[in-house]
Amino acid sequence: MAGIVEQLPVLIIAISLVSAFTILVAGWVNKKACWFISLGTIFIQLIMAIAILNHVLTVGNIYYWLGGWMPPWGIEYVMDALNGYILVVLLFLSLVCVMYSRRNVEHELPDKIVSFYVVYQLLVTGLCGVTVTGDIFNMYVFVEIFSLAAYALIASRGGISLKASFVYLVMGSIGACFVLIGIGLVYAVTGSLNMHDISILLPQFYGNRAVQLAYALIVVGLSIKMALFPLHTWLPDAHSFAPSEISAMLSGIIIEVSTYALIRISFSVFTLDFLRLVPIFDIISWLAAFAIIYGSVLAIAQINLKRMLAYSSVSQMGYIMLAVGLSLSTKHVLWGGLTPALMHILNHALMKGCLFMVAGAFIYKAELWNITDLRGLGRKMPYTCAAFTLAAISMIGVPPSVGFVTKIYLIFAVVEAGNFIFMAVILLSTLLNLVYFWRVIETMYMKVGEAGPHHEYAKPVKIDEIPLTMLIPVLLLGVLCIVMGIIWLTEIPIIGAVPIMDTVNKLFEIGRYTVLP
Amino acid sequence: MIEWFLAKYNYWIAIILILIGFYAMIAKDNLIKKIIGLTIFQTAIFLLYISLADIGPLPRGTAPIVSEEILSKGYVYVNPLPHVLILTAIVVAVATTAVALGLVIRMYEEYGTIEEAEIIAIERKL
Repeated sequence: MAGIVEQLPVLIIAISLVSAFTILVAGWVNKKACWFISLGTIFIQLIMAIAILNHVLTVGNIYYWLGGWMPPWGIEYVMDALNGYILVVLLFLSLVCVMYSRRNVEHELPDKIVSFYVVYQLLVTGLCGVTVTGDIFNMYVFVEIFSLAAYALIASRGGISLKASFVYLVMGSIGACFVLIGIGLVYAVTGSLNMHDISILLPQFYGNRAVQLAYALIVVGLSIKMALFPLHTWLPDAHSFAPSEISAMLSGIIIEVSTYALIRISFSVFTLDFLRLVPIFDIISWLAAFAIIYGSVLAIAQINLKRMLAYSSVSQMGYIMLAVGLSLSTKHVLWGGLTPALMHILNHALMKGCLFMVAGAFIYKAELWNITDLRGLGRKMPYTCAAFTLAAISMIGVPPSVGFVTKIYLIFAVVEAGNFIFMAVILLSTLLNLVYFWRVIETMYMKVGEAGPHHEYAKPVKIDEIPLTMLIPVLLLGVLCIVMGIIWLTEIPIIGAVPIMDTVNKLFEIGRYTVLP
Repeated sequence: MIEWFLAKYNYWIAIILILIGFYAMIAKDNLIKKIIGLTIFQTAIFLLYISLADIGPLPRGTAPIVSEEILSKGYVYVNPLPHVLILTAIVVAVATTAVALGLVIRMYEEYGTIEEAEIIAIERKL
């Protein structure tokens, strides 16, 4: 079986593309088949991704040459521990979201079922492509593929989601064009597009202004895509008005894959020496600290549940970028290097995926958008609200949930880096998270009265539990928030979670493997 | 001084067009004008890439086609790789413009206008 694992990186992309067109053709025959094909494809992709990760951790990196052409002339797909981990997280969340989407799409977009699943499969293709590739121009092309699919999926609901998607399109295209200029300048200086090749050729050019400009452009371009403050303004509208499983995908994995692209370009192309020359990671840490406070404060002011969760996402991206910004200064075995950042990518996917899907469940059952309309739902939809509570206490940071693990590792990393203002920022944001999440939990469980809007013309709404294909993903993610937290804390090596981060730190020579000149 | 400006005129034009396209995307209210700005922005980036293909002192390169004449006489030819990258990027730009125009058509059906200020005013009243 060693032979087939070498081919798996390209097979993941190929299966996804072929499946997108199969869904299109099958949809003409029978609309119900689309969901099964999409679910089956993503499940097979997840199995392949786990096989790749297993191979990378036990044997070593996978290098696949597309078309047999040798790099640096050909495109190369490189799988190492960072790639493999992000790929598994991505496909797991995609699988859960597509399982949830069956009933939601029938309800919200009844005449667009085939198109939805085709574009969804193309979205997953683009996301997988960004993750596996080892060539920077190929990465730009896949970034544009998933961005276009995201624009189309957000706009599928019609109405105001069209404007939200258009704003996202304009801002996302600006970001992608900046990345394209940056790639062009790097190519002009080094003459190569392969990431490993550039990392060998680039060190002699670190003083060249074109290289510094290229890095600045790539950072700004990818920051627009990952909604880092102050370039986050497309995010609240896009998340609030998209279909709920697309909101979960957006918050849970699309902005995280842009973060992965930034980490990959910063550490594998412009290597550590460049990052130590230019104080870019300090600037990112400060911007991230502002993002954490800004997102939390604005989330408190929201009445619409999905908009509140969207601002909470801005805040959580601040956590990830703070962890990335501190990754060069920390050396401990547990929280050094990129460990808190990668850990929070998985944790945020679990928590935010669950929260957005529960918000979608409320909309699916009774069109309940505002927090004040959710009175008494704790009794009528017990499992859904239980999952929301699990995810919400995880966001607040109650031990032993995943949110607590992220916060405690991040606080230790901040203490080791020596910057106590960031520690105050993290603790303050925990308090603010408590304010706006507790408001929802209190409304669901403890307020008297009936659910639904409160004016004279309101009819009483009839609500019961959501269907099973929507309930299983929600409960799975909610329970995983706690279970995964216990796994992170006790460092059980079954899942291989902490060894993955350790391998990534060893690959980039940060964390406890720091080699100072 | 003059050579610094005149010898690199294609880069200067590319930068000025990038800034014009960027300004149009930000400042114009009409959605179609924003898309036109996006197209100008992306086309200017292609111009930048193609200018990069011919770095070098004079004589300027000719078309990169393998033939007896070029190989025997030792002509200088341009780098074909940026041209290939631009073909890919043109496809991406066309797809982006198509999605953007599709969105504008749907917005026109929904709101009856393509001025952003009027759409915001309609939404605020709803």
